[in-house]
Amino acid sequence: MELTTIWFLLVAVLFTGYFILEGFDFGVGMLLPVLGRDDRERRVLINTIGPVWDGNEVWLITAGGAMFAAFPEWYATLFSGFYLPLLLILLALIARGVAFEYRHKRPETTWKRRWDTAIFLGSLIPAILWGVAFANILRGVPLDADHEYVGDLLNLLNPYALLGGATTAALFLTHGAVFIALKTVGDIRHRARTLAVRLGAGTAVLAVAFLTWTLTIRSSTTATVLAAGAALALLAGLAAAHTRREGWAFTGTAVAIALAVATLFAALFPNLLPSTGDPTGTLTASNAASTPYTLKIMTWVAVVFTPIVLAYQGWTYWVFRKRIGVAHIPHH
Amino acid sequence: MKGWGFQVDALDVARWQFGVTTVYHFLFVPLTIGLSVLVAILQTLWHRTGNERYLKLTKFYGKLFLINFAMGVVTGIVQEFQFGMNWSDYSRFVGDIFGAPLAIEALVAFFLESTFIGLWIFGWDRLPKRLHLASIWAAAIGTNLSAYFILAANSFMQNPVGYRINPDTGRAELTDFLAVLTNKVALITFPHTLAGAFLVAGSLVVAVGLYHVIRNRDSTDTPAYRFATKFGSWVVLISSALVVITGDIQGKIMTEVQPMKMAAAEGLYTTESPASFSVLTIGSLDGSREIFAIKIPYLLSYLGTGDPNGTVHGINDLQAQYASQYGAGSYTPIIPVTYWSFRFMIAFGLAAAAIALLVLWTQRKGRTPTSRWLLRAGLAMPVLPLLANSFGWIFTEMGRQPWIVFGEMLTRDGVSRSVSLTEVLTSFTAFTLIYATLAVIEVKLLLRYARAGVPDLTDHPEPTDDSDDAERPLAFAY
Repeated sequence: MELTTIWFLLVAVLFTGYFILEGFDFGVGMLLPVLGRDDRERRVLINTIGPVWDGNEVWLITAGGAMFAAFPEWYATLFSGFYLPLLLILLALIARGVAFEYRHKRPETTWKRRWDTAIFLGSLIPAILWGVAFANILRGVPLDADHEYVGDLLNLLNPYALLGGATTAALFLTHGAVFIALKTVGDIRHRARTLAVRLGAGTAVLAVAFLTWTLTIRSSTTATVLAAGAALALLAGLAAAHTRREGWAFTGTAVAIALAVATLFAALFPNLLPSTGDPTGTLTASNAASTPYTLKIMTWVAVVFTPIVLAYQGWTYWVFRKRIGVAHIPHH
Repeated sequence: MKGWGFQVDALDVARWQFGVTTVYHFLFVPLTIGLSVLVAILQTLWHRTGNERYLKLTKFYGKLFLINFAMGVVTGIVQEFQFGMNWSDYSRFVGDIFGAPLAIEALVAFFLESTFIGLWIFGWDRLPKRLHLASIWAAAIGTNLSAYFILAANSFMQNPVGYRINPDTGRAELTDFLAVLTNKVALITFPHTLAGAFLVAGSLVVAVGLYHVIRNRDSTDTPAYRFATKFGSWVVLISSALVVITGDIQGKIMTEVQPMKMAAAEGLYTTESPASFSVLTIGSLDGSREIFAIKIPYLLSYLGTGDPNGTVHGINDLQAQYASQYGAGSYTPIIPVTYWSFRFMIAFGLAAAAIALLVLWTQRKGRTPTSRWLLRAGLAMPVLPLLANSFGWIFTEMGRQPWIVFGEMLTRDGVSRSVSLTEVLTSFTAFTLIYATLAVIEVKLLLRYARAGVPDLTDHPEPTDDSDDAERPLAFAY
């Protein structure tokens, strides 16, 4: 396999990991005002992701670093072209990350309320905008012959991309609700599971619509199979949630997200960012790539360190495997 | 944008944004680097001795560490994204080289840091003691490793090595990754930066400890605070010695690879051998000659070359040399900025070391310091090395100007062409506002928790094995 293909796959894997992991973090954040009826319940919700959210976010930093290292043109065009959406994502992630750490540091209700808002918006905004961004990557954006973005903000807010944003937000909501059902005990667990099933129905409709639209823009056999797999996994997950098997339900939504992201990357390949303007502006895995020497070094680093990272991150989830409920929240 | 008689373009705003967000980010980084290790040492002391004093200090300084850590994490993401957003042509030019250390930093260092910090925060009752201790060390190692990779990336901008320029694409391509990682600028900047970070962390430990030593003289925790104060003072003294030693070596390397930066640090307009160190130089407004100066003979030659009679090149000669080498244009940084930031870096760093010495002196042979002046000086302590760190970065980055990659790419050529002035102004304003707001919140929280003092351990029952009561509250929860 060519090095550029390997790195295309690795970037896809990193974003897949990011969306599975931070997907439920975003879901938990968005559900904070819905499922957390009082402060103790909200603390239960936040603590389901407390030990892991930071490690989950490193998947994004690694994905960004991998894009920069392996496909500098892609990184440069995308990040400068999608300027305002990325700015909003950054601001949201800043507010949300600080909120987790600072919320419990003072007892005042107004203090906690403000950080709750930061967690909610800080989860909602990226949950939508990542979908908008990836839909636009797939659909293509106006680029000139130098691969510079020549569109404006309105180019990015097209109906397909907005549907993409709604889909990711809905998927993360459902995924988050299932995660809460998996990680909590008592009343909140049952409410989360019921909500997951209800949200899931709407999510399935959105996801099928978005993936179908995706396949009409760009398609391959692989992408079609992956999209069908994503839909099935989501439905299977919802069925499992309905029959109170939360572990399987979580597996279902996680696989659905993975396959949905895989669908986008499979449909995109070998392009990285198609141009709807000058056709020579299209970025591909070969014209945007770093030199084989750089890719080779990076491949070795990835081969050695990725399994280690997966092992200790997986172990963290094992350490914090216990469900928590309001009884576990300390009083101070 | 025109108005008030001056003109602002996207390049200026992008530069200001980089300066503001980077200096801001680096207010949190040194504390994260230094305090992670100091907290790990405190916890190791508890582990080894079983003395509760060290456990209290671990939890106390650990809390302050985490308040700061959160800010470092979230402002760090901006740093990675900013290259692509505001400096996309720079990213295209150096991506083949510069991206690799960034990606490796994330994969090798950030995962380690973030995952194990989560385990440490929430793991008090979930992990065996030994593994819990290992977690803080893993996080500390991750943090310190990340500094190495980012400094290797930065050092390429100061002293590009291990690359060639592809004649077809005009871009820099990696030819020797080991050369990039062992860039002599990186090898010396890494210990210098780390020592600077420990200077900040040690100062914070002293300041908070001293506050409680002087304010709560008869508390049962006074011995703990006394220990912290002394421990922090020694950290400050040792790290300031290391800052000076590494800084001295760095100066010699800088004279060799970036002579203009050395000349700009000194306001040295004409080549001298031997060259004197300027204590104070005031230059003409156009920056081409000096008007007034106080100097120490031979010192600059010694600092720059190791030989009291060595030749140090002056700004005017280097400017003429670069103009003939790279084409017409100005290759001189803004002299007052480099000159003063260099001096402030040294002065603020030394001031912290002097206070640490004073703190140790007042506590000699079991004495208790009482002076309110000492308390004030002690409380100022963490700010001094933070300023020294900031000025150090301002110096080294402004001293490289007008280059973004020395000798290869000008800063003005690195900016994103597709990003409008309105966009970059929007992001600059947004970051400045959110950063300012968070700074106020962060400092207030730090002061609140610093004042509260070490925790009462009776609140936290010792962890037992995890088979007992399933309803037992978590040892720590957000």
